[in-house]
Amino acid sequence: MSVSVNVRIPTPLRTLSGGASEIGVEGSTVAEVLKALEAAHPGFQERLFDGDGNLRRFVNVFVADEDIRFLDGLGTAVAEGQTVSIIPAVAGG
Amino acid sequence: MAFVSGLRCRECGRDYPADPIHVCEWCFGPLEVSYDYDAIAAAISRESIEHGPPTVWRYAPLLPSDRGEEVDLGAGFTPLVRAERLGAALGLNQVWVKNDTLNPTNSFKDRVVAVALSKALEFGFKTVACASTGNLANSVAAHAARAGLKSYVFIPADLEAGKIVTTAVYGGNLVAVEGNYDDVNRLCAELAGNYPWAFVNVNVRPYYAEGSKTLAFETAEQLGWRAPDHVVVPIASGSQLTKIAKGFEEFWKVGLLDAEPKVRVSGAQALGCSPVATAFIEQSDTIKPVKPDTIAKSLAIGNPADGYFALDAIRRSGGGCAAVSDGEIVEGIKLLAATEGIFGETAAGVTVASLKRLAEEGVVSPDECVVVYVTGHGLKTLDAVQPTCGPTATIAPTIDSFTEHFDVQE
Repeated sequence: MSVSVNVRIPTPLRTLSGGASEIGVEGSTVAEVLKALEAAHPGFQERLFDGDGNLRRFVNVFVADEDIRFLDGLGTAVAEGQTVSIIPAVAGG
Repeated sequence: MAFVSGLRCRECGRDYPADPIHVCEWCFGPLEVSYDYDAIAAAISRESIEHGPPTVWRYAPLLPSDRGEEVDLGAGFTPLVRAERLGAALGLNQVWVKNDTLNPTNSFKDRVVAVALSKALEFGFKTVACASTGNLANSVAAHAARAGLKSYVFIPADLEAGKIVTTAVYGGNLVAVEGNYDDVNRLCAELAGNYPWAFVNVNVRPYYAEGSKTLAFETAEQLGWRAPDHVVVPIASGSQLTKIAKGFEEFWKVGLLDAEPKVRVSGAQALGCSPVATAFIEQSDTIKPVKPDTIAKSLAIGNPADGYFALDAIRRSGGGCAAVSDGEIVEGIKLLAATEGIFGETAAGVTVASLKRLAEEGVVSPDECVVVYVTGHGLKTLDAVQPTCGPTATIAPTIDSFTEHFDVQE
């Protein structure tokens, strides 16, 4: 079932969102949400995914602050009002 | 002057100007500083370095900024000591310890922070910030105080008490976040876009990371202008290991070494947070993030940003990678202390225990010149050794009581 979620856009991708840091889209899974994002603001698809349709290895996606690699990956279900964040990997220390 | 020619994406090779940015807009790959090496080769020599200050700034032409004086607390040029007793305990004949506990805030982070804050001043930032597991927090708070910059330091709320005190004492804002380091990092990645701050491990990270090259520069200089055969380096984000490998290559590139370095690079991780070691051992090209559970909090990065590059550096050089248990970490700390008189933090325990493992596995061979990087002081992680370190005996203040407990032969 499709629900409304907010996608947080990281600084390097805000040129695609007209400067917006958050965009509301609909979908039932992360894959659908990112597809809807591409439909609303073309360009996200090729930046986030490699040629094989996998998320690029330095792209991290979080649903409600949890890395989707600990959930069901792109198949992770989203709930009404949740936030989906796209975040570059960060160095540590 | 600095010899920076720009930034380049390590993943797809796109070029960017030398701005406070860290991620490729195209593929999200990390950006790395590129240099005009011909100009550096003309400007640098063994003599110019030997006449430089006893700090990271003796290698200024190979660093991305040269406003070091304004932030200088004396980071770098720490001792490289021949570790014969440690070597004997492990069946190795030529072990050296790079003792980076002797930095101004007692970890290697002073190297990277000195460079990052120098660059932040150059960019005109008034406030610096970081996400930290503790060592970086200490160093950013101290260097910000020194440079007259405002600071915001974000740490996991469950950090060791010692690391909290040794950050808070420098003033500045210390923000304890309810979550693990990866949570703190995620928060900071998002905050960084909203404030005009120099986030040392976010938007100025390409410059910051370059500071770790000085660990290789010093090692080569201190060995008499030659590279070692093998290095063992702890892995958190993977940046330090990657930059140490790069440092030896750069020294060769600008003409400071007589022979081309062929340094085998080995990694050290804690079993409770070993995404890179796991990929290495399983011969996988994918690094799966993990939820850290280890006493080595300074290495507890479950989603290492430079993990792929560290893995690549290890494989390319013919090195190995070990993952050691919390018990082995404590034993590693005590072995280093008891054989060499150097008290390292838990990350040092990981590195020493990994050296032991790699020696047992034959990855480190007995006659190699091997350098182990001890990157933080043991006083930062007293909790780890406290349960197993105490008085040999507790006695009454009498000679009888002493002789009762100690049968002294010599």
